[in-house]
Amino acid sequence: MDDTVARDVATSADVATSAPPRPKIQVVPLAGLPFVGAAVLFVALSIGFNWQWGLMFNHVVGGGLWTGIDLFVGFVIGPILGRLSIPARAEFSARFMPKMAIIMPTIVMMTLATGFQVARSAGNLAASSPNHAWLVVSFCVVGIMAVIALGVLEPANIAVLYEMNKPVPNGERIGRLMKRFIYTAGITGAMQVATLIIMTRLGSR
Amino acid sequence: MSASTPLAHSFDADRPYPPIGWLSSGALGCVVVGGIILASYAPRTAPLPLATVLLCAAAVLLASAGVLLARLRAFSWKTFGNVFKWALLAYAITSGMIEFAFVHDHTRGPSLVLVTLMLVIFALSVPTTIAFTVARFADLD
Repeated sequence: MDDTVARDVATSADVATSAPPRPKIQVVPLAGLPFVGAAVLFVALSIGFNWQWGLMFNHVVGGGLWTGIDLFVGFVIGPILGRLSIPARAEFSARFMPKMAIIMPTIVMMTLATGFQVARSAGNLAASSPNHAWLVVSFCVVGIMAVIALGVLEPANIAVLYEMNKPVPNGERIGRLMKRFIYTAGITGAMQVATLIIMTRLGSR
Repeated sequence: MSASTPLAHSFDADRPYPPIGWLSSGALGCVVVGGIILASYAPRTAPLPLATVLLCAAAVLLASAGVLLARLRAFSWKTFGNVFKWALLAYAITSGMIEFAFVHDHTRGPSLVLVTLMLVIFALSVPTTIAFTVARFADLD
């Protein structure tokens, strides 16, 4: 294991010294900001006017993408990344992470900001509703995912991007931060399975 | 690998730091639990003492992180400030949207005050964790 890391680090050193100058990574892709602005406006209007279709669209589309991306990254991309060499991980991350930095907060905002309103209008928030207990469980699942994603996963993502923008990136450090990303993505992916069970149950009652 | 390679040199930049990231993430955890309690009682009034205790715990954790942060000398403050301001903008917008949803849903009185303060801590704790994690690995100013 140590030999592998040492070999990867040595390879990344070779890459750092022999490769042509790397283009600077844009941590937040500015081209994506108009889409974020449109999503914020759409959510605000849907809540403000109590627009049922808008609320449902934001919650279902945002939640579906959030769950799908978490599952795909946690169980497909994560294990593949874990088997790549550190230079290959760095190369992939340089293109992947900036997109995640803009997509994930946007779809999480779409899902959470409208979810409360949807639950209220569906009557699931009422203590007498048979769905109330399931709803509270979903709050807990989302809460745990939020703490893991915002407290561990996202800081690691941004730190990797900053590290890769240095003239001589530290391959060992990138590997360590990426490992954090891979494990936490797996945990949130597993928790999304619980979200799928809860939400399909709520929708079918 | 010789110690003179640039890569080996950059390994030395990993310096020990107080648990600032853990404290700010702990504050986030407290407000998330408090938010779950308030939301799970809606539209009824949630037991405010429990939510208040969680809010106070979050404030203490975040303030401790702030104090430890302010005492750091060997730290990339420029990187911290740069990351913090943009992350703060992003999470202020997210908090604003959630606050808007609560106000629109007729949350009023002490519950609204608690929700607002929790969202303020949320909007400060996440940027603190992100900016600290990035700046701890950055080259010193």
